[in-house]
Parts: sequence; structure tokens; C-alpha cells
Amino acid sequence: MTLIQLTGVNKHFGDYHALRDIDLEIQQGEFFSLLGPSGCGKTTLLRTIAGFEDVGTGAIRIDGRDMKGVGPNLRPTNMVFQSYAIFPHLSVAENVGFGLRRADMTREEKTRAVGQALEMVGLGGYGARAANALSGGQRQRVALARALILEPKVLLLDEPLSALDKKIREQMQVELIKLQREVGITFILVTHDQEEALVMSDRIAVMFDGGIGQMDDPETLYRRPKSKRVAEFIGMMNFLDGEVTQTGARIEVKVQGLGRCTVESEQAPGGVAPGPVGIGIRPETLSLLFEGETTTRKQVDAVVDEVVYYGDMTYYDMRVAGIDKPLTLSMKNLIGRPVLDVGTETRVAWDERSLVLLGR
Amino acid sequence: MFRKRLTDSGRRGLILVSPPFLYGVLLLAVPLATVLLFSFWTQDYLTIDTSFTFANYSEALADPLYMQLLRGSLLIAGAVTVATVLLAFPIAYFVSFHVQPSRKSLWLFLITIPFWTSYLIRVFLWKVILGYNGVLNSSLTGLGLIDEPLSFILYNANAVVITLAHAFAPFAILPIFVALEKIDRSLLEASLDLGETRLTTFLRVTLPLAMPGVVAAVLIVFIPTIGDYVTPRLVGGPDGLMIANMIQTQFLKLNNAPMGATLAILAMLSVTAVSLAFIWLNRRWLRGPR
Repeated sequence: MTLIQLTGVNKHFGDYHALRDIDLEIQQGEFFSLLGPSGCGKTTLLRTIAGFEDVGTGAIRIDGRDMKGVGPNLRPTNMVFQSYAIFPHLSVAENVGFGLRRADMTREEKTRAVGQALEMVGLGGYGARAANALSGGQRQRVALARALILEPKVLLLDEPLSALDKKIREQMQVELIKLQREVGITFILVTHDQEEALVMSDRIAVMFDGGIGQMDDPETLYRRPKSKRVAEFIGMMNFLDGEVTQTGARIEVKVQGLGRCTVESEQAPGGVAPGPVGIGIRPETLSLLFEGETTTRKQVDAVVDEVVYYGDMTYYDMRVAGIDKPLTLSMKNLIGRPVLDVGTETRVAWDERSLVLLGR
Repeated sequence: MFRKRLTDSGRRGLILVSPPFLYGVLLLAVPLATVLLFSFWTQDYLTIDTSFTFANYSEALADPLYMQLLRGSLLIAGAVTVATVLLAFPIAYFVSFHVQPSRKSLWLFLITIPFWTSYLIRVFLWKVILGYNGVLNSSLTGLGLIDEPLSFILYNANAVVITLAHAFAPFAILPIFVALEKIDRSLLEASLDLGETRLTTFLRVTLPLAMPGVVAAVLIVFIPTIGDYVTPRLVGGPDGLMIANMIQTQFLKLNNAPMGATLAILAMLSVTAVSLAFIWLNRRWLRGPR
């Protein structure tokens, strides 16, 4: 069931075109992410859905209702702010119960609801504490409990994890996914962290310059980016020049340094036309051939240009004849596998199936 | 080594604070102690009897004239405070919430303009405005709104309240403005998001968070107002006189410095009591980040 529907939403701040022709449908119970670099309009879009910004042109419908002129206090949405916006003059319990003032509940029912909400986010027994005495992760949980206690149709999260340190952030990511499955509420997450978006979302909209660049599930987005911009933003990618010589069900393409290849049409998600084309290859789809190793995959001579050791993985930059920029590839550090030195001559194995033809 | 460094920085700190500290002792503590001392002495015609006694206090507390003056002064100071803060809050709110950030300093600067003229001149100006044939009365009669000049606006307590409220307005606006500026605007959005309207958001979030500024404004206006004697003398008339006028009279006209000192101490104690009571009533809003 479609819960949120945006059609042709445009917004200007003075001369600045903040949102461009946004068309979007978000399903009931979905974990949806808006991903993009800072200034791409993702927060503006979220605030427009929340009702803090009005739409210029276009329409937002939530649960079938047009939201034009409906204030944030009357929308079935609640928000977790980037700064958490915990009321400093209230206790934890008063913060969580803030939105219940108008609720048709007795005092005991409210107290119980606050207790349950705190329990749900793992802060049982914290109710009497001063909001100022909490750590960043705890404030985050209070903000979540405060929003979820009102049982909104949609929970909006504005970069909720960006202020936390890495360990707590990863822990909160898992907790948020669990929580979302538990309560079944639609979550819309704004983030600039592609890894966070990939880990947490059912679907991701990648935004650039106020418009949506691509909208897909995480795997499709990673494996089949439609454009160089999306490919650059999500994960690591080697970019090569190429030329399409034949189109159809199977596409013939000449790739810089790698030679003639044949690829499936689904490897060109952004469409294809004869002529020059950008080609992407993920580092993990390339591999080094260590001494004595053989493969049935295609191979090309290469020299180690740079080695970056990450513990579980080693990243190599490889110089290949005919390619101006070194190719980056990553190898798992399995038992018995050496880390090669700079200058070692070796071979790189690759596969036609891992090429992606990128639209301009 | 740590201990040595600590004493070093301690010594440096002492050297740094000693000039203002000396200044404070000489100009604040010594005069205050002198006044306190005088209040326990008595005037014996031309000489001062320096034997320790509570006679002045029992006389002052028993005399209805002094007590009525003190009560009246507290009432006038209270009225001035209420009027000033009630007028200052909307101005501070407007500058903080509705003026573009780049214009705020300009607004604050404009608010201080009345201070460019001397306090005395401003008081005289109010005399001109509020007088029997003053600006206000002649405008109103000219417009035909009143037949006879209003007389309740000059030479009484009302005039004192109006004049002092104007004089102290910037002192009230600034602390309230600072408190409002410190409020994280996302808190107001959070309140709207949680279902409150603009009005209830103001009552549940903005006002409680602005209270430290309001309390500061109240104290800044109330404390000096009670000791003011220029304004009551010039625009107050007979019923607008305040305790400070009596203290001045005791010292300069009646040549009774000990009684003047006693009244000063009593006035100070009442201000302190009222201020502490006010702070205690508002203690809930004054808890800083814990």
C-alpha cells in the first residue's frame, strides 16, 4: 500500500532550486532512505514531508490525504531531529510524554505509555533523569521514544546517527532496523553515509542538486548504478573509457586497456547508445593472481603501484598498459596469501559480467 | 610538580584579581560597612554618639511614616518591574525571532539610543510629555478626545512608574534577548512536530527556557529602582516619593546620618528578601545544565 506519494514537487529558496521535480512513492512499512551529499536537498525534502517547509509546486499526499496547508502539528508524521532537540528544561519522562498532553488518556495510562516507550528504546528506569545528563546515544533514544510514543504513520529521521561515534553508530543502526520491524512504522531516513543507507534501507533514493538520481533497493543501486555520479557516490568504483560498437540484447563494447567485450543489456541500467561510454568496475570484482595461481577468467598484465593494508583486506592500485589511471582492486587477506610489494609484476583477473555501462 | 604548578597559577590568579578586588573593597565593602556602623550609632544634636544601640531600628520600625514609605517604594518598584518586563519581552522576542540575523546588532544598537542623553534630561522630557499643559495633554485636548487635561499622569506614582519603566527598558530587553537567542530553534520545531500549536509551544518551550533571562531582567530592574530618588523627586509629587528620598533627607536636611543609614540598611534588607524570594519561586527554571 502506498503511504506517501509525492508528485512533481518543486521548491525554490530565492533563486536556489532546492527540489526539482520529485516524484516518489513510499510504501507502508518501508524503510526508505534519502541519500546524497550535503546540499543535495535531502533534508529539505524531509522537512517538506514533515510540514516545516511548504511545497512550491506539486503535491504531497500521506495516507491518501493532501497535505497542502496542513501544519506539522496536524500531520501523521513525527521527526527525530539531527540535534535530537531534547527539551533541556524537562526530565527524560517529561520529554518522552511531551506529545501526549492532548491524548485522551488518564495520567496513569500516560505514565505507563512513557515507561513502555523508554523500555522499547532500552532506557527503562531513566525517566526521572534530567535530559541534560544523557550521553549522545541516550539522547538519540529519548528522541526516538518521544516520536514513537505518538504512533505516527511515518517516522522521519534527519541524520540521526551522524553525531554518534562509530561503535555506537553501528550498534544503533542494527537497533533501528530491529525497532522498525517491531513497530512496523514507515521510516524515512536522511543520510549522507552511503554505508548506513545500504545497511538499513529497503529502498534508497540517491539525490543530487535537488533531484533524484536513482531510486532502487540497495543491491541494485550498488551493482547497477545508472550514472557515474551515483556510482561514484556509492562504494568504490574504477572508471574506464569505452566505446559501444553494437547494441541490442548483447552489447559489444571496446574497453580501454581490457579490449573487446560482450555484455548483457542489464549491465547498462541507464540505457545505451553506440559511441563513447563510461564503464565502471568494482574493486572486489577484480583479483590479483598470486604466484602459481591460474584462472579461467580473462587476464591482463599489471604492476603493483600502491598497497593499502586494512587488516581484513588489502587494497592494491595496479598499473595496466593502456589505462591512464591505476585500477583499484581489493583482496581478502586469506591464510597463506602474501601482501605484495610495490613494483611486483603480476596479472589481474577480471570478468565481463562485472562491467557496468554508465549513462552520461 | 603538579602541586607546584597549581600554586604558581594560583599566585598568578591572585595577582590578576587583586586590583579589582582592592577597588571593590575600597568602593563597595568599606562604604557599606560604614553605613552599617552608622546605623548602630545615634545623632546627639551636633555630635554623633558612638555607643552601640538598636534605637534607630526600633524607632524606624515603629514609625508608620517610614514603614509606609518603604511599602510604597516596594510597590512602585514592583509596578515598574512588571511594566518594564512586560513591555521588554515582546521587543526582545521580536528582535530574536523575527529580525534577520544580520540586522539584530543594528536593532540592539537602536534600543540603546535613549541612553545617549543623560538620565536627568530624559526625566525632564517625561515631565514635558506628561505635564498639565504637556505634549500628551495638549494633543489629546487638540484632538478633542478630552475636555480637561489629565492630571493623574504627573506628580504621582504613575508618573514615576512610566518614567522608570522607560529608563530601565534596555536593561530588561537585553537579558531576555540573550535568553531567547540561546534557545535552539529545533526545540520549537520539535514541539510543533509533537502536536503543539505556536501558542502552546510558546508556553511550554519558549517561555520556560526564557525564564532565566526574565528573572535576570526582574532583578536588574527591581533592585536599582527601589533606590532611585531623582525620578520620584522630579515627577513623583507628594505621593510618589520613595524611601531613597527620605534617606537623602535624613542625611542632608535633617542632619541625622545614623537614621539615614538605618533606613538604607532596612531598604537593602527588604530588596534582598524580595529578590531571594523571587529567585526561590523561580528556582525550577534556573537550574543550569546538570
